[in-house]
Amino acid sequence: MASRETASQGATATSSEPHIGLRATHQDIDHEASLIAFARRRHRQVAIAALAAVIFALLPLAIQDVYLQNILVLTLMYAALSQSWNILGGYCGQISLGHAIYFGIGAYMSTLLYTHAGVTPWVGMLAGGAFAALVALALGYPFFRLRGHYFTIATIVVAETGLLLVLNWDFAGGAQGVQIPYGPDSWAHLQFARDKLPYIYLALGLAVVSWLVTFVIEGSKWGYWWRAVKDNAEAAESLGVVVFRSKMAAAALSAFFTAVGGSFYAAFVSYIDPDSVMGFQFSLLIALPAVLGGIGTLWGPALGALVLIPMTELTRSYFGGSGSGIDLIIYGVLIMVIALARPEGLMSLFGGRPAARRGR
Amino acid sequence: MSAKLLEVRNVTRRFGGLVANSDVSLEVAKGEILGLIGPNGAGKSTLFNLIAGLYPPTRGNIVFAGRDITRLSAPARCALGIARTFQVVRSFDSMSVIENVVVGALMRHAGARQARYKALETLELTGLLARADGPAVELTPPEKRRLEIARALATEPELLLLDEALAGLTPSEAREGVELVRQIRDRGITIVMVEHVMEVVMPLVDRAVVLDLGKVLAQGLPNELVRDERVIEAYLGARHRAA
Amino acid sequence: MTLQSLAQILASGLLMGLIYALIAAGLSLIFGLMDVVNFAHGEFLMLAMYATFGIVVATALDPVLASPLVVGAMFVVGAFVYLAVIRFAMRARTNVGMVQVFATFGLGITIRGLAQHVFTPDYRSIQTSFLSGRTLDLGGVFLPLPQLFGGVLSCVSFVVLYFIIRRTDFGRALEATREDAGAVALAGIDKNRVFALGWGLGAALVGIAGSVMAIFYYIHPDVGTPFALIAYVTVALGGFGSIFGALAAGLLVGLVEAVSATLFSPSMKAIGIYAVYLVVVFFRPRGLFGNL
Repeated sequence: MASRETASQGATATSSEPHIGLRATHQDIDHEASLIAFARRRHRQVAIAALAAVIFALLPLAIQDVYLQNILVLTLMYAALSQSWNILGGYCGQISLGHAIYFGIGAYMSTLLYTHAGVTPWVGMLAGGAFAALVALALGYPFFRLRGHYFTIATIVVAETGLLLVLNWDFAGGAQGVQIPYGPDSWAHLQFARDKLPYIYLALGLAVVSWLVTFVIEGSKWGYWWRAVKDNAEAAESLGVVVFRSKMAAAALSAFFTAVGGSFYAAFVSYIDPDSVMGFQFSLLIALPAVLGGIGTLWGPALGALVLIPMTELTRSYFGGSGSGIDLIIYGVLIMVIALARPEGLMSLFGGRPAARRGR
Repeated sequence: MSAKLLEVRNVTRRFGGLVANSDVSLEVAKGEILGLIGPNGAGKSTLFNLIAGLYPPTRGNIVFAGRDITRLSAPARCALGIARTFQVVRSFDSMSVIENVVVGALMRHAGARQARYKALETLELTGLLARADGPAVELTPPEKRRLEIARALATEPELLLLDEALAGLTPSEAREGVELVRQIRDRGITIVMVEHVMEVVMPLVDRAVVLDLGKVLAQGLPNELVRDERVIEAYLGARHRAA
Repeated sequence: MTLQSLAQILASGLLMGLIYALIAAGLSLIFGLMDVVNFAHGEFLMLAMYATFGIVVATALDPVLASPLVVGAMFVVGAFVYLAVIRFAMRARTNVGMVQVFATFGLGITIRGLAQHVFTPDYRSIQTSFLSGRTLDLGGVFLPLPQLFGGVLSCVSFVVLYFIIRRTDFGRALEATREDAGAVALAGIDKNRVFALGWGLGAALVGIAGSVMAIFYYIHPDVGTPFALIAYVTVALGGFGSIFGALAAGLLVGLVEAVSATLFSPSMKAIGIYAVYLVVVFFRPRGLFGNL
């Protein structure tokens, strides 16, 4: 092994490009080539995402059936929600089964701001997101000391508490929920009586943004730190990662986007009530696409949503109407089959990320 | 005459009723390779963890580059320039080899691209460049050891703590390992090594500290310690004491 | 609030708590054994209740007599679920935690769908037990017989459980397998057999609870969900893997719930439990008796 003097030992690099000076050896050039190849792989992901986005943007023009368009909106929304969940659960390894609380915060906050103060849902979305992030930070402080299942149960408990509080809060409509009064079609009010197209594009926008955020994270300092913390927190600490701070950042980001999704949903359905937006079953549904698609992967949540949501909706309409339970049976069996046949998620069909050999 | 990089001053560490380290003092000079040896149960790992910042001492101080770091956390110590490996390898199994090292490189290079470049350099030094994109979990055990070292090196430490990095290697692997340690020292990094395998360690280190039953038994040059009766007694006695 | 009404509240809370403890113990046993949180646990309870209902309707037996049959049936169901489903979840190389959560979640939904299909979503109830509608008057404190029966069964079950775990080979095998499945295999103990029996036992415990609850609760496909939620919290409160932690936590949860129902509105009674959980787990991150 040829020994090389390295100017970077002990000093921080000051330029944004790695310095290849007069004494560049063929190793430097190899490294550069390796970096370029890596960058190309990353750019390819973006290209695929752009292509997918274009396809989904054109899809509604081909599919005029309102019912199918509805499924499209929900699929895209769940892709965005699950992607947000994935930031905390997949990358950071903190499994939350109480994310419905953030969804609910987003839904209620923007709705109440709109119905009581006429604030446009666009602002309401941001307000809901910000508040959700704050709640996540406040909860993270006591909860991140909890390990594994204890943390998960704590998230469930918090979400249930939130649900109960809202159920008994008259200002928020209690069990009756809140109905958004119908008005003329308007982007400012995010209301469209019959046309689903704006909702589709909005949901697509959410899905794209959440994908982009995850993509940027994957290549960033935070992404590496989170995954390190997930794999082995002690080793991560020995490498300078401040575990607690990392988890807090992941939690806040995850909560923010989940809440924004909630605000969108409220505008979409025009009526919200605690059980539909804050229930435990809903928390599970937010996590499900990510887990089945491939937890901790970039495309997993989207893939999972693409498979699960249309299937859920279609079985429910074809089989579920009479309370016969067949839709549930199909749904349940499908989940079991995917979970057991492809525990790394559907992404493993595409070679996903290098799968760890040992179960943890 | 070398400056003192690390000082351990009268450090004691208790775990409940068990005293793992008792009034341990030692110094590490900048640029040297110090061996931390002793029979099983001597308290080497505890002392090691105390220096690394895994837990604080019950009593005593630790001073690094003139700065009291006794109460500092492990991440803070890493920022100051102390890096460590683990005896039982702890690779980040969901990541590739190079991604593992990038985690370390991010300590000094905030941008992912620079960090990756640094990671490539470090992998090259430790001979893992060919395996860079493969899953970390698929490395052989000696390669995993080298990954541990690469990760720690990527944080650009001034002091590198190696926890039994040379244990259980074949003779040729051990030779490569020794060579790597020497190369690391040649770059100006100070090294403290905990080791069991005397034949490998003694020729490598500049000085050694022998621990027994939580206390410093002797310190000095390797060839002196090897002939020191107390040291021989400690090792022979330990075998009779068998835990 | 008179002393008598306080005693009434506490008594009801304790009795219900004993039942919660049973449900939680089943969950804790399974978890302690193989680190699997059974997200179909509520559906096990629901199955047990329907089974009781079914036997009563078919044979006109008193539910109290049907109880042993139900428990036996649930034992079989539990073992079957392990062998047919969970065993494959354990083979996952990655994400074992998440895989089993969602595999059992899918299982739960499937069971719920089956129940809905076979029994329809209509609410059912059993009125025909000799215990139904009767209460014991203990110095002004009224203890409904079905709940009292449930409490007694629960106490007996825990005593039996203690003996099984501490004094039998099976119990020791359970402990050993929990510690180190690999070493146990070397000793010739079939891991799958132990796990299947463990699941059977866990399901049987829920079966006891379900067969009793069928006497005083409405039975419908979604009946299990709120109890599952309470069970998760109870197990976490007591400490995952600690069966007697489940007993202690169950009693605590029952009491807290009874007090909360009086202090707040009945629909908010769960808040007391949640608050207690959050406080306890803040100071003891592994629950009251957890060590895993």
